[in-house]
Amino acid sequence: MNELAIKDLLYKLADDQLILGHRNSEWTGFGPILEEDIAFSSMAQDKIGHSLAFYTLLQELGEAEPDTVAFTRNANQFHNSQLVELPNGEYDFSLIRHFLYDNAEIIRFEMLSQSSYEPIAKVAIKLKGEVKYHVLHANTWIKNLGASTEEAILRLQSSLNEALPYALGMFEQSTYEQELIDAGIYAGEEAVKAEWLKRIQAVIEKTELKLPDLASIEPKFGGRYGKHTEHLQPLLDEMAEVFKIDPTAEW
Amino acid sequence: MYGGGNVFEATKFDDLQTEDPAKLAEFEARIARGEKIEPTDWMPELYRKQLIRMIEQHAHSEIIGALPEGTWITRAPGFRRKMAQMAKVQDEVGHAQLLYSAAETLGKSREQMLTDLINGKSKYSNVFNYPAFTWADSNIISWLIDAGAIVNQMANAKGSYGPYSRALERICAEEAFHLKYGHDAVVHMATGTPKQREMIQAALNRWWPPIMTFFGPSDKMSTHTETLMRWKVKMASNDECRQQFLDMYVPKIWELGLTVPDSKLKKNMETGQWKYTEPDWDEFKRVINGDGPCNAERLAVRRTAEERGAWVRRALLNPKAKYVRPLA
Repeated sequence: MNELAIKDLLYKLADDQLILGHRNSEWTGFGPILEEDIAFSSMAQDKIGHSLAFYTLLQELGEAEPDTVAFTRNANQFHNSQLVELPNGEYDFSLIRHFLYDNAEIIRFEMLSQSSYEPIAKVAIKLKGEVKYHVLHANTWIKNLGASTEEAILRLQSSLNEALPYALGMFEQSTYEQELIDAGIYAGEEAVKAEWLKRIQAVIEKTELKLPDLASIEPKFGGRYGKHTEHLQPLLDEMAEVFKIDPTAEW
Repeated sequence: MYGGGNVFEATKFDDLQTEDPAKLAEFEARIARGEKIEPTDWMPELYRKQLIRMIEQHAHSEIIGALPEGTWITRAPGFRRKMAQMAKVQDEVGHAQLLYSAAETLGKSREQMLTDLINGKSKYSNVFNYPAFTWADSNIISWLIDAGAIVNQMANAKGSYGPYSRALERICAEEAFHLKYGHDAVVHMATGTPKQREMIQAALNRWWPPIMTFFGPSDKMSTHTETLMRWKVKMASNDECRQQFLDMYVPKIWELGLTVPDSKLKKNMETGQWKYTEPDWDEFKRVINGDGPCNAERLAVRRTAEERGAWVRRALLNPKAKYVRPLA
């Protein structure tokens, strides 16, 4: 079993969830209705909990402990897609990102629960039940707002157009893509993307939103190998502000 | 998190003169028997008004209270604290949701309450007009402000209005966890590195004066207070709550080797009462009336959130839906 390939996979899973969890948590106290503050906080707690589960698997493979890995790396050492690091923007953008991301995430978890690498499969089986609710939340809101007022539809459409290049960036292939597929560890990004497209289309069809022609969109790749937007480093600086006062202290 | 020190509606005793004496007597007899008053039961207008005001202030305190600690969610050091801080602040927002529903049973809508909050018409707990400068400030809030809130809310949970009393029972159960979380975080700081110790002592020094005002000024036993106590709206005097808090938590603070920044603080063993430097009530009044370090910022954040979210609420509004007051 190629350990480098597995670590590469684990890092991208963990980093995506840590960064999106962090962004979701920024909604606490600022949501459009209290119920959404609470929902985004619940998802934030789940995502960060999931990232911890994957960082723990990495630690078992010899990487540093989760706190060190999460709180001391710089942006160019992160493997998350650029989609998750973008600022929350208005609620429409956060909702669209959540919809595009979680519909992919659930497929990853479904596939990983069949992984030949047992530690990943175990974690995926355990956590996919939670991601199911994130998808349910996203799809319900997209269906509701996407068929409501003109204002809401315009906002969501504009955020959808803005987020799509980054969403396609989630499917950037790993250096070890073929090895992971051949070893039955992970079905690969192309497979996730094909299924994702079907699922998001099925939801969007129930609204007045339109999915642009994806073939004409240039995906924003690079996030998986340390190339990030200017938004990630400030997020990490903020996250580590207290931790770095004394990384050896027990807080 | 709420400590009382309510700003009650200025009332005259004559307010009761317009109520039906027979109904009023029956209402008071029910309360005296320990029965709960439910939303559809008869109640004097004054009771309704004061309860709306009290529950609304409590709800506002929860969402505004989420702001100083919320700032530290994205900065919490390490996974353990990050997850706990998120869950803790989420609980506070959940309390607001629960309390707005309880107040709605008395006939004022959540939207109206939030409008009154951002217009500055309704008040919230004064402590949240002070800043949380460091992570240690956030720990002190989680421990001692939540502790104070529990003292007040445990008393109010025995109040006469059913929906508020039931909401408080649930809230107190969650606050008890916050207290443990806050205490654990403070213990780590107080027994940690010299830098951590210095941070937590500085935070305690900053927060002590606001904590002492958390329960409000001494109550003057006016006809007004007497009526509210007879109706079990107000369950304990501000001074009783403050004494209980000092009795429970000063020893715990001292146990950690921290210093309470009040040279007069001492328990009189004969009376069992704590002596302390009288808080600066002029400052308290000034801050409650809008002139505190963070009043403008707190309301601005809330106003921005309301404005930015307005399109979502408009989109959700079904023009055919009729407003129905929740039952409990």
